Amino acid sequence: MAAMLEIQNLHASVGDKPILKGIDLTANAGEVHAIMGPNGSGKSTLANVLAGRPNYVVTGGTVRYDGRDLLTMKPEDRAREGVFLAFQYPVEIPGVNNAYFLKSALNAIRRHHGEPELDAIEFLQLIDDKLKALGLDESFTKRGLNEGFSGGEKKRNEIFQLLTIQPRLAILDETDSGLDIDALRIVAGGVNSLRGPDRAILLVTHYQRILNYIKPDFVHVLVDGRLVESGGEELAHELEKTGYARFEPPVANVP
Amino acid sequence: MVTVEQVKEQMAKQEYKFGFTADVEMDVFPTGINEDVVRAISRWKEEPEWLLEWRLKSYAYWKAMKEPKWANITYGPIDYQAISYFAAPKNKGTGPTEMDPEIKKLYDRLGIPLVEQERLAGVAVDAVLDSVSVATTFKDKLASMGIIFSSFSEAVKEHPDLVRKWLGFVVPQNDNFFAALNSAVFSDGSFAYIPPGVRCPMELSTYFRINAANTGQFERTLIIADKGSYVSYLEGCTAPMRDEHQLHAAVVELIALDDAELKYSTIQNWYPGDKNGKGGIYNFVTKRGRAVGKNSKLSWTQVETGSAITWKYPSCWLEGDNAQGEFYSVAVCNNHQQADTGTKMIHIGKNTRSTIVSKGISAGFGQNTYRGQVKVMRGATGARNYSQCDSLLVGDKCGAHTFPYIEVNEPTATLEHEASTSKIGDDQLFYCQQRGITPEDATNMIVNGFCKKVFNNLPMEFAVEAQKLIVVSLNLEGTVG
Repeated sequence: MAAMLEIQNLHASVGDKPILKGIDLTANAGEVHAIMGPNGSGKSTLANVLAGRPNYVVTGGTVRYDGRDLLTMKPEDRAREGVFLAFQYPVEIPGVNNAYFLKSALNAIRRHHGEPELDAIEFLQLIDDKLKALGLDESFTKRGLNEGFSGGEKKRNEIFQLLTIQPRLAILDETDSGLDIDALRIVAGGVNSLRGPDRAILLVTHYQRILNYIKPDFVHVLVDGRLVESGGEELAHELEKTGYARFEPPVANVP
Repeated sequence: MVTVEQVKEQMAKQEYKFGFTADVEMDVFPTGINEDVVRAISRWKEEPEWLLEWRLKSYAYWKAMKEPKWANITYGPIDYQAISYFAAPKNKGTGPTEMDPEIKKLYDRLGIPLVEQERLAGVAVDAVLDSVSVATTFKDKLASMGIIFSSFSEAVKEHPDLVRKWLGFVVPQNDNFFAALNSAVFSDGSFAYIPPGVRCPMELSTYFRINAANTGQFERTLIIADKGSYVSYLEGCTAPMRDEHQLHAAVVELIALDDAELKYSTIQNWYPGDKNGKGGIYNFVTKRGRAVGKNSKLSWTQVETGSAITWKYPSCWLEGDNAQGEFYSVAVCNNHQQADTGTKMIHIGKNTRSTIVSKGISAGFGQNTYRGQVKVMRGATGARNYSQCDSLLVGDKCGAHTFPYIEVNEPTATLEHEASTSKIGDDQLFYCQQRGITPEDATNMIVNGFCKKVFNNLPMEFAVEAQKLIVVSLNLEGTVG
């Protein structure tokens, strides 16, 4: 069976600046991959390129998703086909009801798959236990989308959407940053509940901390736009001790 | 990949659905204005002497006044001698069945059937074409409850005492340049009187249509809600696409007596001009209400999507104790449209309350200005005002401006003012796309979220219309699920 996600020699720039300089990564259904690296190494760029963010320009390489060319698909089509990005900085959309937004998104995806749309009551039933699992009360759904949310609430809202939409490929972009330990545990619990044989998870993170709660099958180290080392969970522990210094490129000799 | 840039481009290509002209045979006055023209209008309408005198006095005021220049709008000089001040269909008949079939066809095309049986239940319509009212529906049913709903001209003939008593009571002839001009040459409009204790069982509405070229439209609306009555009134407006600018200078006067409630909603969709700013209506309108009675309530709701220039400040004079005033507004400026709009809330009576919710949307090269005044007079003890002015920008060539004026002469008054400016950004669109929503649907969702508080205040049938209209104005049509 073909891999769910197959990234080959991926190069990408933001503006004129090359950020990704040849990424190779294969993820199969059922796997959790952690992508770790220092600040500015290209972790978030990789996440955004996979989701199709404008201004992130692919300059070389291929990405196949379920055997299809992911890079030619529109962002909304990627989403409808099961690619979900939990944003590092979710935007606020004032006046757009949080639940209405999520229901619209879910129904757009369902229409795409020829499934019947959920009405308001079915939708509320669907989200009820997801809210509870994340320690959110109903009033959360009645607020404007991320409007006036604290950093932690925004991250939880991303996971709430993730659990409701149940994508095939979940990309979490530094979901752990800015969360206190209790919130981190709740968020990790949500993500763990999503693990399954049909789903792959890419966990982009700077810190090893979240990997105490979400055990990855593979850990990759991203430095200066390239994956410099891959291994199992133990690689993350090693990084925690030694840091990223040993992967940093040597300072060029100035003649 | 769709960016804000592309959505913006699409918006620039907006189409105006009501831009057609109808082939109705018209009597059109030669262009220009002088005393003889004022007399001719009055004669054509077979008006009583007192009204002619009133017009001539207004004309004298107007001649001595100067066009106001304080608004945040720019436009070429208006040549008042190049406008025709009166245009009427030759054969309007006396009812929908007898009128020029072209007129009926025109209104059918606008989606305003004038035959009562075809009409939406619960809405009575007065249809004004250029300078005259061509039909009023449900008159008899309303008359059985004592409600007068007719064209202004008819009211002058059938209820001269009422008209004479209240005409100019709210907006004096010399109030401002455009109101003075209107008072001199006003053509037709709607008149409504709700007797004491009567709750008007249906929405009253006027549909204004400019059809003739090179003519101005100067309609006048007067609504009186007598003691303890209630009425909800709605006006809609459209005009053909023409390369020249056309002037529209209306006056609306509202009067609420003790314990009466009067709700006035506008969906203004005059031709806005093309994407390069050619053509479009110059909309200079004076709208004001006097809540003279105790416990009376006036409520303005406006959805302004049309016109090249909008200059309009629906206001409330809160004179009776415990009187309430409301102003809910959505104004859209796309392409080269400019709007300078807002309200005045004048607190005179004790414990008077007012609410202002203004939502401005700017796209393309649009310039949107909120201008509002809250004034609390000495003696208006316990007066309260809440104002909220929000602006939404689509793209980076448009502008939003806010000019709130506050004058308080009463120490027990409480005023709150909130304002915000936001922008539909690539980040918001991408966020929605990443959840499976197209950029067009996302823009629609963001805009509607922004306007929700105002739409909630419209009569139900029209709230849906307003939502659709915003979608069309921003050219997001065909994308609403």
